[in-house]
Amino acid sequence: MSLSVRLRHDLPNIKLDLNFDAPSGVTVLFGRSGSGKTTVVNAVAGLLKPTSGRVAVDGWELFDTEKHLWLPPHKRRLGYVFQEGRLFPHLTVRQNLSYGRWFAPKGAPRENPDKVIEMLGIGHLLDRRPAGLSGGEKQRVAIGRALLASSRLILADEPLAALDDARKAEILPYFERLRDEVSVPILYVTHSAAEVARLATSVVALQDGKAVRHGPASEVLADPSVAPAGIRAVGAVLQVRVAKHHSDGLTELNAGGTSLFLPRIPHQIGDDLRIRIPAQEVILSNKRPEGLSALNMLEGTVDTIRAGEGPGAIVSVKTPAGSVLARITRRSVDALGLQPGQLCYAVIKTVALAPQNVGGRVISE
Amino acid sequence: MGWLGPEELEALRLSLRVSFWATLVTLPFGVFTAYALARWRFPGRQVLNGLVHLPLILPPVVTGYLLLLTFGIQGPLGRALSEVGIVFAFRWTGAALAAGIMAFPLMVRAIRLSIEAVDPKLEQAGATLGASRIMVFATVTLPMILPGVIAGAILAFAKAMGEFGATITFVSNIPGQTQTLPSAVYAFLQVPGGEAAATRLVVISVVIALSALLASEFIARRVAARVAGS
Repeated sequence: MSLSVRLRHDLPNIKLDLNFDAPSGVTVLFGRSGSGKTTVVNAVAGLLKPTSGRVAVDGWELFDTEKHLWLPPHKRRLGYVFQEGRLFPHLTVRQNLSYGRWFAPKGAPRENPDKVIEMLGIGHLLDRRPAGLSGGEKQRVAIGRALLASSRLILADEPLAALDDARKAEILPYFERLRDEVSVPILYVTHSAAEVARLATSVVALQDGKAVRHGPASEVLADPSVAPAGIRAVGAVLQVRVAKHHSDGLTELNAGGTSLFLPRIPHQIGDDLRIRIPAQEVILSNKRPEGLSALNMLEGTVDTIRAGEGPGAIVSVKTPAGSVLARITRRSVDALGLQPGQLCYAVIKTVALAPQNVGGRVISE
Repeated sequence: MGWLGPEELEALRLSLRVSFWATLVTLPFGVFTAYALARWRFPGRQVLNGLVHLPLILPPVVTGYLLLLTFGIQGPLGRALSEVGIVFAFRWTGAALAAGIMAFPLMVRAIRLSIEAVDPKLEQAGATLGASRIMVFATVTLPMILPGVIAGAILAFAKAMGEFGATITFVSNIPGQTQTLPSAVYAFLQVPGGEAAATRLVVISVVIALSALLASEFIARRVAARVAGS
């Protein structure tokens, strides 16, 4: 499958103008609020008519302004997971889940409802009404409802933004299972780098209505010139494997031959994971540091240094584990005499590798 | 109902029939008009809104006279309709028409309020799940506005039961044909010794009006609770 999007639209503050083709899996539209992400999703869904453009799923055109083709939303066969769930309050969970099925064409390929209900863990909620559900439960039902509508494409517009951190941690694994177990492609909108790192098969970085970068998550997030959600969201993504669970509450990961330690995570030994390392949690040293409490140290060479307008700089370091980004001051860059090609050490505090930055297996990249 | 005279019983039966049909026939138009006013933006929306409210603010006699001019035997619509066998003038159907028109604004107001309370985002969600506009209305909007529709219908019924001015102007006060409850009260008060009959009808009017109001509250609350899912 492929999703092909070409859009132009004038919003009050920005001009949206983008063009991308997404492969199967999860395509994340990544950018800060106000960058036009929701407009893109609403145009794909048919809830908003853009000035011009064309969107096609697997070659099936949803609209093409040049051909004056515009399918109304109900003929697009998409499943939309909204930020606020938008469950029907007058229907039970079971009726909400089967709502889309009532209108799907006969013989359309459909997910097995029992499997979806089991996957989302909502079997015990079926006879309840949305008013009696927690925020996390509502969002799980909303995902199931979109999935069971015989959709060709799932749209998710910041589906976790309205939830607190505990609920986010509850829902994210379901999206990971969705990506890994269900064949329907997903277009996922977020401003959270952690969600990108965990979910994305490919990322479209959106800035001021333009797609500034497009590619696999590990590449886009490791590119210091891309900071669509602000400098705080910058961080590289490493592919790691769970090596050992230690008795003192730490989990050891193997990252390209080097060990990384982080607080215990629930994954099995041997699991392949991705871990996002926020650039602001990384310290650089030009000598091998000694007497430090930090457990994680990666040896590598400086690749690029990108100084911003403020006092900070983003340094990209090539290590055996992959590219790591560090956000340090320009003063430190000068004091350490950092230059491309130079040997240096990246130090990361164990507790900075919080579990919300760890994502499950990725089957295709 | 042995304590009611035949003429009084006739008036009560006629009023119930007139109000029932007036409410039933106007309800679909009421829902449609309320939906159009609440959800659609079209030129002339304010004009439509004004027209709907006209019977509420015009003197009922004026409304009745306008009905007579339009639907009377000499009226343009009245003549056309009489050729296909529909006659309003001096028939109970005319009383129902007058009652329906007079009750329409109340009905539309109640339903419109309930439509405006439905989040359009839920209707959008229905559309993304494959429901056409009509199906979204049938499966999302209508179930959610049901309390308002019921309240509007019962309010309209009560208003129709009490309609007097437009009815008497349009279809006169013919016992057994167009003499509804209020017209009968009026007629009894015109003749010496009619006070007792008038009082009985007044009591019945009060009881029907009050029960209608209570029933609408009760039903609307139950439906609202079901719709809200508590």
